[in-house]
Amino acid sequence: MKIKGRSVALDALDWEVLELLQKNAKQTYTEIGQRLGVAHSTVYDRIKRMEEHGIIKKYGAIIDLEKVGIRPITAIVTVHTDPKQSEKIAEKLAEFNEVLEAFTSFSEELVVIAKVIARDQSQLHSFIAESIAPLLGVLRIRTSIITKKYKEKAFGTGLTYNPSRKGGQRS
Amino acid sequence: MSVSPSPSRILRNLLREEAFYFFTSIGNYTGQSAASLGEFMQKIREIDIKSLEFHLYREDFEKWTAQTLGDAGLAAQIKNLRLRRVVGNLLREQLYNVVSKRNRELKAKLTFRVIT
Repeated sequence: MKIKGRSVALDALDWEVLELLQKNAKQTYTEIGQRLGVAHSTVYDRIKRMEEHGIIKKYGAIIDLEKVGIRPITAIVTVHTDPKQSEKIAEKLAEFNEVLEAFTSFSEELVVIAKVIARDQSQLHSFIAESIAPLLGVLRIRTSIITKKYKEKAFGTGLTYNPSRKGGQRS
Repeated sequence: MSVSPSPSRILRNLLREEAFYFFTSIGNYTGQSAASLGEFMQKIREIDIKSLEFHLYREDFEKWTAQTLGDAGLAAQIKNLRLRRVVGNLLREQLYNVVSKRNRELKAKLTFRVIT
């Protein structure tokens, strides 16, 4: 890991450590070190530095709600907005507990996209009708209910480092 | 004994969060809303039939007219349309007739009160 001004450059080993942590954040330094062929002290040092620089923001638990009898529905809600209001709408959406993620996006027109979770379709509709539709600047809303999830990952290695660097610097 | 709201209360302009928002299906908002009984009446004429059917059979019109406008009588007439399973253009026509008739009655009462 190299610090360049206000940004931090990660090397191949850092990215590999992050990928293993994303798969299982409860692995020990020794286990990660064994998988990557480096000493556990090296892993400790890399993780500590990435925590200190805020690259690793936090460790969390992924909860399987179905195991406790809750089968929530997830929906992608696309809110077409007045361009002057899109930022405010996105900020407002981000405040709701029902919204897991919120983004602004531009294709043919400015839209706000939100990933929303609800107990059932009725609760989803009430939330959209009572909390999103009345917001100033909302022009129309399109909602897609997710039926099956095929993949979930925070980042892909294709974006983060060039595999040809894999055998590169490891300190 | 419950006291029915005054015509002026039923005909009032509503706050943004009290307005009726027209959807065509779960989560799909048309961009059309009505913030008074008069505006609701106008929207019935122009809104997508799918939206009218969606809300009628979810009982949304009945809830909004009874709970937000405070007009239990109008809600009962709309319920009657639902129970008769009216759909399509006939629904648009009959819903418009029911709402516009009620709107006229309330306006007449309001005028009468002002004059007397």
